[in-house]
Amino acid sequence: MDSLSPHGVRSGLDPSRRNFLITMIGAGVMLGYARSASSTLDLILSERAQPSNARELFEPTIWYGIDRTGEVTINIIRAEMGQHVGTSLARIVADELEADWAKVRIVGVDSDPKWGLMITGASWSVWQSFPVLSQAGAAGRMALIEEGAKLLGVAPHSCTARNGAVHAQERSIGYGEIVARGDLRRSYTPEQLKKIPVKAPAERRLIGRDTMALDVPSKTNGQGRYGIDAEVEGMIYARPKIPPTRFGSKVVSIDDSRAKRLPGYIRSVALDDPSGTVPGWVMVYAESFATASQAADLVKVIWSPGETANVSEQDIQQRAAQLIADPGQGALLVDDPGIEAAFAKAKLKLERTYTTSTVMHFALEPVNGLAFEKDGIFEVHTGNQWQSVAVPLVAKALGRSEDKVVLRTYLLGGGFGRRLDGDYCVPAALAAKAVGKPVKMVCTRADDMRFDCPRSASVQVLRMAFGDGGQVTAMEHHAAAGWPTSVISPGFMYKDARGAPYDPFSIQGADHWYTVGAQRVRAVRNDLAHRAFRPGYLRSVGAGWTNWAVESFMDEAAHAVGADPVEFRLRLLDGVGRNSGSAPNAVGGARRQAAVLRRVAEKAGWGKPLPNDVGLGVASTFGQERAMPTWVACAARVRVDSTTGYVTVEKLTLVIDAGTIIQPNSATAQVEGAALWGLSMALFEGSEFVKGQPKDTNLNTYNPLRMGDVPEVEIEFLPSSETPVGLGEPATTAVAPAIGNAIFAASGARLRHLPIRPEDVRQTLRPSHAT
Amino acid sequence: MTEFNLNGRTVSVHSNEEAPLLWVIRDELGLKGTKFGCGIGMCGACTVHVDGRATRSCITAVGAVAGAEVTTIEGLDPEGKHPLQIAWLELQVPQCGYCQPGQIMQAATLLKDYPSPTDQDINAVMAGSLCRCMTYLRIRKAIKLAAARMREGGAHG
Repeated sequence: MDSLSPHGVRSGLDPSRRNFLITMIGAGVMLGYARSASSTLDLILSERAQPSNARELFEPTIWYGIDRTGEVTINIIRAEMGQHVGTSLARIVADELEADWAKVRIVGVDSDPKWGLMITGASWSVWQSFPVLSQAGAAGRMALIEEGAKLLGVAPHSCTARNGAVHAQERSIGYGEIVARGDLRRSYTPEQLKKIPVKAPAERRLIGRDTMALDVPSKTNGQGRYGIDAEVEGMIYARPKIPPTRFGSKVVSIDDSRAKRLPGYIRSVALDDPSGTVPGWVMVYAESFATASQAADLVKVIWSPGETANVSEQDIQQRAAQLIADPGQGALLVDDPGIEAAFAKAKLKLERTYTTSTVMHFALEPVNGLAFEKDGIFEVHTGNQWQSVAVPLVAKALGRSEDKVVLRTYLLGGGFGRRLDGDYCVPAALAAKAVGKPVKMVCTRADDMRFDCPRSASVQVLRMAFGDGGQVTAMEHHAAAGWPTSVISPGFMYKDARGAPYDPFSIQGADHWYTVGAQRVRAVRNDLAHRAFRPGYLRSVGAGWTNWAVESFMDEAAHAVGADPVEFRLRLLDGVGRNSGSAPNAVGGARRQAAVLRRVAEKAGWGKPLPNDVGLGVASTFGQERAMPTWVACAARVRVDSTTGYVTVEKLTLVIDAGTIIQPNSATAQVEGAALWGLSMALFEGSEFVKGQPKDTNLNTYNPLRMGDVPEVEIEFLPSSETPVGLGEPATTAVAPAIGNAIFAASGARLRHLPIRPEDVRQTLRPSHAT
Repeated sequence: MTEFNLNGRTVSVHSNEEAPLLWVIRDELGLKGTKFGCGIGMCGACTVHVDGRATRSCITAVGAVAGAEVTTIEGLDPEGKHPLQIAWLELQVPQCGYCQPGQIMQAATLLKDYPSPTDQDINAVMAGSLCRCMTYLRIRKAIKLAAARMREGGAHG
């Protein structure tokens, strides 16, 4: 996990090896990390000679600044896509800094490499930023106390910092005044920085308390600016014509004779894309988007399609099943000795196959981008979750160096992983390059859906061996799916012990915290999925399908040995061996998963009698990755209409242990959204590939959850002062299996495919009626 | 050339009469609060009021609103303090926020028709407004909160 650890982020921005600087710039102080630890002293000395040029002399990664009025400005490198992340990160700094929250503001930054790894995904933001921002805040507080004490003429140890001022007995001095009058310049080596104490949890004044998220007001009055709202003088509009296959399509001819009759139509151009991101795309330009959109419908393009023009969902699933059946395929991320022996000696064996269909992102703001060249720099204005991979991709497409490309960030009208793939920046940039003027490319909904990087279909085979008394002695988990990381960021791929590569995001969840004896976990890349489309990250990624399998299977295993499904899980969540957990991220290990499961069972009334056709099902997960477990348990209460097969979810109860909670209100909101996503994907979403394309391209056939199907939702966070972990996705992972298990409890129908459709329930209940 | 009233002011626009009202409001008139989501009138992100009725501006030709009064999220309340907007703030309803102008505009006509909306009323009227972040629980609460306040304080503007 080294490469992804929050304490060892890539791109050379590892705070543990860099000096922390406090420096005077303009009318304030700036606090951040030096680019190079070795030359820090020289730079500080030079700066003294030429303070006005400080910015050019060195460019520390400036996390925040304080000006002479005491206003604290905090730079936010994460995308704002509904999680109120800017507020959470600012609260972390401000709490340690003992800032006056009323004087804190946040600024979203552009894709400057000095920020290091810019990614907003995998529910990492708070977890990754917490140690860095806490230390940065604490260093500022310490310097302010030292200088404040000097100005007050007292010893630093007699001072306290609180609410934007340093206090000594009856007297106090505000941060603004200290900035104006004191000499706050400091440089801390990593060792010195580590010695600056961060506050004990009991001393926190902002973390754990609610506040109005700073992005919310502009989202109630129409003032929030999203990528689609970006404009620049002299821009024209474009809408793409998307080829019949994601790869390999070539433009044969373009006939725009009908479009030419539209006033405002400009022209149509086949894009030349050296990055191979959008082969076969044609861009239709006009003076307005309405005209570009209408013109695109009139422009006739003939393509020679790629090889996947006839690929179906069934083909993709069959290929996955075929690959799983070959034990030589894939990577073994867990491969304990003794598997074969355990199965050979087993008193009972269980094998089940679980499948999931393609799922579409359907972020409500269709992908778009405004692109233009200015002063030799190519700018792309859009909402994006992973600037660190989008910038190199755009640079490659444009044939220029990365330092000549910048992404300017806006609010995201939904991320959900769609905007981790910056592929849509490429056609926007190429469209602007092709006509030599600013172009705003907007996809219609259907364009966006056909261009989606969907959640891959998956096939999983799970096996369990039982010894005497139903004791679990071995477990295997084999999963085949598309691997987003191998396409979007190959540098993030992992390798197993034999050196076989795998996408950790495609398999996380299968390496669970249950103690099951000898364990084997294998991840297989579905090559047909990769030929047919660009597999994407979608809210919780692989953990969305692996936990569907693991948690449905745990239920089946419990029933196979006549055990209570909650008790069966609790026995396996013993927290021993590799499941004992470790500091700082997984203190307590599986015992914390057991705790949330126990609590959810209690809250939901597990074991109590229920009306006919109503069932309660549970599932428990660790969110996404073992390196950052968010302990989740969900109980779903459903009603099954045995005649129609229609499933009504009456209530979802979730208990979560995510360590320290920064903003309780926002944390709850993330769990509400993630849980309902889980429900939506379990019962209402799911698509399929038909003739090489996603079948569903709009809401006439794609039906995410609506108001009327929202159940009662009860959420509880277990109190904790452990490391804060992720919250955007984890709740998604437990909901579908809890619903599946509840359907079984209510009706006896065991569903092993997502989404669950009424006809599947009906046919499982009465197979003789199958057509 | 089409003339209509937008948020209390008369405007005349040059876009083709068949151009969707949504794009005229956004691109010709420069009010970006009204959003594009599906383009087929099924997500509700583009909801505006035409003569007081919630209308999907993505499937409404600008020519069809000639002479009408059109209200967007920017014009719902001069200070952005419609009881729904206040309730939306208090309950911190928005996540990504992209659908919320449409949700609020739809809810505003809901409260005109049903000053004391039941869950069923809310389900029926808000069914056409998709929230991809799934903030539905809070939308429901905020509508009820605003409704209660409006009943206490008399009808809003």
